[in-house]
Amino acid sequence: MKTFSMAAAATAMMMAGAVQADTVKVGYMTTLSGSGGIIGKQMQNAVNLAMEHTGGTLGGMDAEVIFADDQRKPDVAKQLANRLVKSDRVDVIAGVIWSNLLMAIHKPVTRSGTLLIGSNAGPSPLAGKDCHKNFVSMSWQNDQTPEGMGKYMQDAGVKSVYLVAPNYQAGKDMMSGFKRHYKGEVVAEVYTKLGQSDFQAELSTLRASRPEATFVFQPGGMGINFVKQWHQAGMEQVSKLYTVFTVDNLSLPALKETALGVVSTQTWSPDLDNEINRRFVADYKAKFGGYPSFYAAQAYDTMMAIDHAIAKAGSSDTEAMRAVLAEGGIPTTRGPLAMNSNQFPIQNVYLREAVLDADSMATTRITGTVFENHADAYAKDCQF
Amino acid sequence: MTFILLLEQIFNGLQLGVTLFLIAAGLTLILGIMDFVFLAHGAQVMIGAYAAASLTALTGNFYLGILLAIPVTFASGYLLEYLLIRHLYRRNHMDQVLATFGLILFFNELIRIGFGPAALFSSLPPSLSGFVNILPETPYPVFRLLVIAVGLACALGIHLLVARTKIGAMVRAGANNETMTAALGVNIRMLRRLVFAAGACFAGIAGMMLGPLTAVEPGMGEPLLILSLVVIIIGGIGSVRGAFVAAILIGVVDTLGRVLLPVILRGFMGQAAADGAGPALASMMVYILMSLVLVVRPSGLFPPKG
Repeated sequence: MKTFSMAAAATAMMMAGAVQADTVKVGYMTTLSGSGGIIGKQMQNAVNLAMEHTGGTLGGMDAEVIFADDQRKPDVAKQLANRLVKSDRVDVIAGVIWSNLLMAIHKPVTRSGTLLIGSNAGPSPLAGKDCHKNFVSMSWQNDQTPEGMGKYMQDAGVKSVYLVAPNYQAGKDMMSGFKRHYKGEVVAEVYTKLGQSDFQAELSTLRASRPEATFVFQPGGMGINFVKQWHQAGMEQVSKLYTVFTVDNLSLPALKETALGVVSTQTWSPDLDNEINRRFVADYKAKFGGYPSFYAAQAYDTMMAIDHAIAKAGSSDTEAMRAVLAEGGIPTTRGPLAMNSNQFPIQNVYLREAVLDADSMATTRITGTVFENHADAYAKDCQF
Repeated sequence: MTFILLLEQIFNGLQLGVTLFLIAAGLTLILGIMDFVFLAHGAQVMIGAYAAASLTALTGNFYLGILLAIPVTFASGYLLEYLLIRHLYRRNHMDQVLATFGLILFFNELIRIGFGPAALFSSLPPSLSGFVNILPETPYPVFRLLVIAVGLACALGIHLLVARTKIGAMVRAGANNETMTAALGVNIRMLRRLVFAAGACFAGIAGMMLGPLTAVEPGMGEPLLILSLVVIIIGGIGSVRGAFVAAILIGVVDTLGRVLLPVILRGFMGQAAADGAGPALASMMVYILMSLVLVVRPSGLFPPKG
């Protein structure tokens, strides 16, 4: 057994040596096990779909994607990033769902001279004072999406709003992003326990204060719980529900009719009308039997960005790829994506409503554009 | 905060309390009477929720789904005892902790393989999705009232079973002196298996009641397991009556803490500080209560006699 594995290792090393010259390696880090595993699964599906669409190449070079399961743990993420950089010698590390994990690997990866491309989290320090030229975001800065909702509700003349979010950093970021553009009365700002499953007590209190609107950020399973209980308690008659990252194509299959009519803002939606998105959504549905979520779309965009960068730069050199991406004009499911000076996207923020499609499958539909070419608030603090 | 709202919140606490009791009732018997450390009781909650949700989808009828799911949870507890647990009774507590912690991971992965990592769809039939006014101008979901009713009915049933029936007498006798009870012709092994299966069944019912309210997903029972361990410790390990009182106490304290603490703190600190400290302190409330109870009564509120 030992001889066999040594022989296998030697062969693998020889092969690696032989193909290294014209193969580009991408380490894709996401959460594939534990809670949050469903998000990682969708991202993995989307990355595989992207590689299928590019014929297994990136920018014309043979490509290999190594998936790394961070288990939603910062220490594991750090170890994996280290392994991807030092022993797998990847050209790009991409992915990462959670802000705290991205913060953990940001410094070691960018300092090693490896390009880091974020597929989801966009914590404010990385867009501002702690930015680094080897980090490019293909998603959004955390504040952009709730800012859109704040702006929409301000313009719609909503007089009073009740805020509910989980008690952790992203929850507070979302609420402060919302308040940047909303100037009406904030009746209360309630922070619930992270991972809370029953919100009946919060709903009882909310009912008693009768706000005109309620703005909620409850990602993942918490969102399913909140929206279900909101509907069951008949809260529609008390207050109108507005959300971010709560009602999406991950939670909708578990909510179905319960969530119909709930309004949210997002930088992407499955019905966004452009050629890349049409192909992505149709092929994703055909292959995996359900709508992709925004997580999947951003993962797909990340691979498309790498493809674009290598094709245009003509090599997988970190600085060359970075320079291409910084120019913007990246072909994505959100149309050609422009880049801010801190290498975070400048993009539209859409208003979406949960609806049933022609096949009675629950999804989201764009009903308006709140911001056109919206830039984040932190780029001015970023000096490379 | 008006008086009516306070009453409504106590009602919400009652509902959390009976759910905790359904989980804790079986666990306190397993822990106290059978002297077995069982950490995978949360998995029984998950199995109940998945059984009910998938059988409801299969039959198209919510009531039929629940009715069919009850024997499934009983059978899962029965089989688990027969296949694994009975081999662990004579091992020390550390081995039991390791084995049953492994079971948590095993069941979560099993569900993930069988049903996928995504949350399952589960909802209520129209007949249960209405509201009634429990107090003036306080509409309350009918289903939540049903949860309270089912929880109280189960509590009464468990009490009568343990205190008034022959099987209950055997269970209590077996706990006091196993060898002597066996010598009198009672099948102790079978008795243990039935207690275990009944415990799994009640936890499963809690899961079925939670299914339409929360996300049916892998690992959904674990947060409740921790709270129900607190319930058992406060109530006195092995006491069903203690578990009932403690469950209601924990339910009400947790609910009122969450709702009232941020409001109270706002009275003597800034809004931002209160918003931060309130939820943090509220999630500690039940553990503070547990510590206080343990200081005053180290073996819980109602330690079983003998």
